[in-house]
Amino acid sequence: MSPSARLPAQSFNFAYLDEQTKKMIRRAILKAVAIPGHQVPFASREMPLPYGWGTGGIQVTAAILGKDDVLKVIDQGADDTTNAVNIRRLFAKTAGVRTTTRTAEATVIQTRHRIPELPLKDGQILVFQVPIPEPLRWLEPKEAETLKLHALEDYGLMHVHLYEDIATHGRIARSYDYPILVHDRYLSSPSPIPKFDNPKLDRSPALLLFGAGREKRIYAIPPYTRVKSLDFDDHPFSVQRWDRACALCGARDSFLDEVVTDDRGNRMFVCSDSDYCESRRGTTAPEAADD
Amino acid sequence: MYVAVKGGERAIANAERLVGEERRGDPGVPELSLAQIDEQLTVAVDRVMTEGSLYDRALAALAVKQARGDLMEAIFLLRAYRTTLPRFGSATPIDTGQMLLKRRISATFKDVPGGQVLGPTFDYTHRLLDFRLAAAGTPPAAEVAPISTAAAAPRVADLLGREGLMEASSVREDGAAPDLTQEPLAFPADRALRLQNLARGDEGFLLALGYSTQRGYGNTHPFVGEIRMGFVAVEYVAPELGFAVEIAEIVITECDMVNQFKGSASAPPQFTRGYGLVFGMCERKAMAMALVDRALRAKELGEDTGMPAQDQEFVLSHSDNVEASGFTQHLKLPHYVDFQAELHMIREMRADWERARHQTLTEAAE
Repeated sequence: MSPSARLPAQSFNFAYLDEQTKKMIRRAILKAVAIPGHQVPFASREMPLPYGWGTGGIQVTAAILGKDDVLKVIDQGADDTTNAVNIRRLFAKTAGVRTTTRTAEATVIQTRHRIPELPLKDGQILVFQVPIPEPLRWLEPKEAETLKLHALEDYGLMHVHLYEDIATHGRIARSYDYPILVHDRYLSSPSPIPKFDNPKLDRSPALLLFGAGREKRIYAIPPYTRVKSLDFDDHPFSVQRWDRACALCGARDSFLDEVVTDDRGNRMFVCSDSDYCESRRGTTAPEAADD
Repeated sequence: MYVAVKGGERAIANAERLVGEERRGDPGVPELSLAQIDEQLTVAVDRVMTEGSLYDRALAALAVKQARGDLMEAIFLLRAYRTTLPRFGSATPIDTGQMLLKRRISATFKDVPGGQVLGPTFDYTHRLLDFRLAAAGTPPAAEVAPISTAAAAPRVADLLGREGLMEASSVREDGAAPDLTQEPLAFPADRALRLQNLARGDEGFLLALGYSTQRGYGNTHPFVGEIRMGFVAVEYVAPELGFAVEIAEIVITECDMVNQFKGSASAPPQFTRGYGLVFGMCERKAMAMALVDRALRAKELGEDTGMPAQDQEFVLSHSDNVEASGFTQHLKLPHYVDFQAELHMIREMRADWERARHQTLTEAAE
């Protein structure tokens, strides 16, 4: 028999993962929801996309997706970035669910690095792609140690680190992946969202799920959970502000991307959330035009 | 006017087609068949099977072809396929003592029962480019020793073991094989789990780590007790049958590293083992694996620790090239939101710095 004659035909289960795997992931999600902010280990699978591309988020999405769900995928706040398009394409192909670019219409939103500007509602689920789920990793690389620190609720390392920032730089020099305390208990990573988005985590009506594929961890912030960004009384937490509006829609309340327009130092600032920007301009993009 | 960079599905699909075209190369050159890859790039297929954790030559050959010879990419392809396969059970442990040997050497004894059999090794070839290979042709036939059977060639470690000079191989108490593809790796990991991680681990990473132990970063005083390569039977006990049936015959390479151990309060001076096992003929990997396995046992043997190869979290968390390659390469995905946040902060910090400097200069002038 020639080698190629033995090759199997290609076929996939709904949303790619087999049902056993989905069950295992759902159990991890349930545990994560029960212990807000606690990182639950799970037997992460190799996905058809590389680690670092959002395999954790993809597995969480695959495990929770139902036939009636409407899926939105964003990267850097935009639906049209290559990675977002590619992940949406994966689910359109393997699950055949409806996809949308509109935040308001989506039941499940998978995101990398942003939270949509439009406030999320009851019943929506936001799935974050997480590279390093352990907020203490850069202070203590050993997991055996950080596990103990979490168990003992010993977050002195982080407070000292933030204090040292203030002593050295006059401010907490963290602009993204800004550490949060979930439900007054677990120190967690909000994933690399800009700290601009941190306030949206607090008492969010939507369920927030975090998937880290390579690091094999899932954690969650259930709806209406208190989320506090770490700070000090004399150095309260604050978010980025721009002294200008979006050049396209005029928004003054959204996170702005800086776009270099020429080599003479000219810049323009536009909303990073493409759906927010388009709906403000009344030019909502055609339904998932690239799908 | 600003036009957003639309990374649409069309661009992605076209890039995929371009890869296909590049893979095929000049259509005037005959296309590679999977059989050619399997038969003529044997060790590439072996490596992809080993680190891909799946013994299937046809699929591995397909992965090598699809990845255009990028073996890490091929390993990733095979892993992504493997992950969806249903598991119907575990084979009984293979018995390498029963191996049909194609190669068998020991560096610790001049001769051993069963003899030293070089087999198809690069070891003593002169590394001179063979220009005759540039032209097609049939190589001259080799004279080979008759394949030794198990009884005639006992494992060298067992010979030492009979004298009590070699530690007994450890057996897991529950007898079950752990599987880090089914349960997430937790620390501290026991030896069985570590060996699974190392078997899947990147050859280059293990080679460098093993090498570091030889250069003084956690010396293990190793000798190659034995390297054997050949065929072993894979047996499976089907629940409905109740006895073992042979379901496959696979080629593997096993390396038993013999390491000095001066003894402790509870154990007499004896030799200890470092173990390496790979699919096919990935001998370099098997040897590196054996060095790192032994280095990772430093703590349990009460030796000094602290070197990279002795730190199981460091080694096991970074050995997987599918993980490492993904996370390294993800840096090319867009990060402009976080970068914008950083730009914002750096500008603020610079403004503070300029203000402070100005103030200092003004004060100095007064």
